[in-house]
Amino acid sequence: MKALLRPALTLFATLTVLTGVVYPLAVTSVGQLLFPHEANGSIVMVKGKPAGSALIGQQFTSPENFWGRPSATGPHPNNAAVSSGSNLGPLNPALTDAVKARVAALKAADPSSDKPVPIDLVTASGSGLDPDISLAAAHYQITRVAQARNLPAEKVKGLVEQHAVRPWLGIFGEPRVNVLALNVKLDGTR
Amino acid sequence: MTTQSWLLLAAFLVVLLATVKPLGLYLTKLMETTRWQPLARLENGVFRVCGIQDEMNWRQYALAVLLFSVVGVLVVYTLQRLQLWLPLNPQRMPNVTPYSSFNTAISFVTNTNWQGYGGEATMSYLTQMLALAVQNFLSAATGIAVAFALIRGFARHSMQTIGSLWADLYRITAYLLLPLSFVFALVLVSQGVIQNFSAYQEVTTLEPTTYGAPKPDAAGQPVKDAAGNPVNETLTTTKQTLPMGPIASQEAIKMLGTNGGGFLNANSAHPYENPTVLTNFLQMLAIFVIPAGLVYAFGRAAGDTRQGWAVLAAMTVIFIGAAVAAMTFEQQGNPVLAKLGVDHTVSALQSGGNMEGKETRFGISASGLFATITTAASCGAVNSMHDSYTPLGGLVPMWMIQLGEVVFGGVGSGLYGMLLYAIMAVFVAGLMIGRTPEYLGKKIEAFDMKMVSIGILMTPALVLLGTAIAVMASAGKATIFNPGAHGFSEVLYAFSSAANNNGSAFAGLGANTPFYNGWLGAAMWFGRFAVIVPVLAIAGSLAAKKRLAHGPGTMPTHGPLFVGLLVGTVLLVGALTYIPVLALGPAVEHLILWAGN
Repeated sequence: MKALLRPALTLFATLTVLTGVVYPLAVTSVGQLLFPHEANGSIVMVKGKPAGSALIGQQFTSPENFWGRPSATGPHPNNAAVSSGSNLGPLNPALTDAVKARVAALKAADPSSDKPVPIDLVTASGSGLDPDISLAAAHYQITRVAQARNLPAEKVKGLVEQHAVRPWLGIFGEPRVNVLALNVKLDGTR
Repeated sequence: MTTQSWLLLAAFLVVLLATVKPLGLYLTKLMETTRWQPLARLENGVFRVCGIQDEMNWRQYALAVLLFSVVGVLVVYTLQRLQLWLPLNPQRMPNVTPYSSFNTAISFVTNTNWQGYGGEATMSYLTQMLALAVQNFLSAATGIAVAFALIRGFARHSMQTIGSLWADLYRITAYLLLPLSFVFALVLVSQGVIQNFSAYQEVTTLEPTTYGAPKPDAAGQPVKDAAGNPVNETLTTTKQTLPMGPIASQEAIKMLGTNGGGFLNANSAHPYENPTVLTNFLQMLAIFVIPAGLVYAFGRAAGDTRQGWAVLAAMTVIFIGAAVAAMTFEQQGNPVLAKLGVDHTVSALQSGGNMEGKETRFGISASGLFATITTAASCGAVNSMHDSYTPLGGLVPMWMIQLGEVVFGGVGSGLYGMLLYAIMAVFVAGLMIGRTPEYLGKKIEAFDMKMVSIGILMTPALVLLGTAIAVMASAGKATIFNPGAHGFSEVLYAFSSAANNNGSAFAGLGANTPFYNGWLGAAMWFGRFAVIVPVLAIAGSLAAKKRLAHGPGTMPTHGPLFVGLLVGTVLLVGALTYIPVLALGPAVEHLILWAGN
């Protein structure tokens, strides 16, 4: 037992220093040197001020902006300080109610539309901070956004297309668009 | 299942299989090396200072594993309890509560990485890197070391010793886990995983957010109206607080060591942990790469690489079946929502399917595949919320865990777990033809079978008894989140995950209570070490045996017959043990979901 205690303690200390101090400091130094923008959160600047992260979703509810995925974080949606999904099971009445309310809100913002709503636009994301929506969800909102901004729908559609990402080789990733990038671009468009 | 799902699964398997041999050879070298030449001087120095001997018998090896793990638990517990007064805590996170610290300490030391807390709101940077990330390395190294010891049991004959835990731990950490993690972490940073020590950053959002929240009185308690209901007030914020921290370094070993404990609450669903399609693919690969390489190393060390490929084939067969099932059921979507004017069919513009709890960039294919991988291996990282899966889509990860984490499995633990089943399979075959069973030239005797039985039956006992206790106790039922059969599944999943050292969750269950922190902590501890000790006993017993020559009556263990026998044994034990309890949860829920809709 005593013969085991010494290596248990000394090896634990050695490996702790190696993996808990040297390693993270080495990754930080090299990471900050090579990829400073990414290592510090991919911050998006608008008019010289930090306005969010390209990777983190924000809350949009006004008709002139594209809306993102619903978010289940508390106490308010898209709270980046406490990421979380809804954890609602498929039969939970709370899920049905939430989806009903989201469908209703989308219809209210665009009464002219009678198309079915793309699923990702009415279901909460896993992180509560999803930065993307599907291309279907973007197309669904084009008419509303164009009307609210007094822009031709074709122009808004063109912007969506500019920001669209499609599966690489048809295998990796899903058709999607980054909502914050799209709305920032719209703000700069007349 | 969509064409994209099939292609993604195929691409994943091709890349994985390409890594098996090179990494397997490296692992073989690591296992057999007495001194690693280029770094021999440093290693000699460390070994001298630490007083490391060369060889141990199985009892010493087991005792050393337990001792090292107890030291780990004490350190992780202490750092959490003191973090407010320690450096690298820019958010002034308070000390973690005793129950939660106890649970988390066991969780990370046992390679479970079950999390009852939300990382970004609980742990200081120092706790994350010096307590949790260190255990990501050391618990992974411990698992691999135990697998090394068992492999030596097969490779050696007429010997009393099975290697030195200390030398194994040092070499695995320094020569395997650290270099792989360093490279992987930098790739992650290049894709957007953050790596810094800044305080959380506040930004001004494009739109203000208006929301309702309970109104607090002067003492911070919610104000109630005449009927006793909390009064809501309307608040507006224009700020978003972005979490920061040394995430990439922890993320890399979290996947490579099949740990799975997220720096942030949403784990690999969080864009700061898993920002792109590429990081997601690499994370999936990182979970399986060492478990798969170890199987090759096993065959190599046993003197016949076909033996390794046979075990790998058995794992792959079960894995493909499970992955196809998970992706298929999730793509079917939720029939309840389909009736609400929602479009969930797959198209060129959307992945469709059951998107509740999933991220847009991963869709159904990469979420369903990730869920199967993370539960087939004992990783437990999640890139989508399993609690919101369809009943059968959620049954897949749960059953993968319940099979005992032997389909690739955790680093080390997957291989030694699967070898228990392999011994069981030759034992069953031996009974059928009336011969003394043998595996790789080693006669399997009563002592070995006793240890195999303990190793295989311990975790089901913990899962089923734990679940039974929890659903009878009011403290266990109090924090169930979803109503009906799904709520039962939450509890069953929690005990399955803890006892099998997975760590993923049906996360609606409120697990940060004294009841669950205590019981799940116990399940994790015994689920880990009540398997490791019997495995080491088998290693010692096998190493001491003579090696028998192949005879005409020897059952070949490298062909399709044995692969079928092994798959059958794993599935049969898993089915017999768990079908009754699964019928009460996911099966009932599935019938209700589709019958009513």
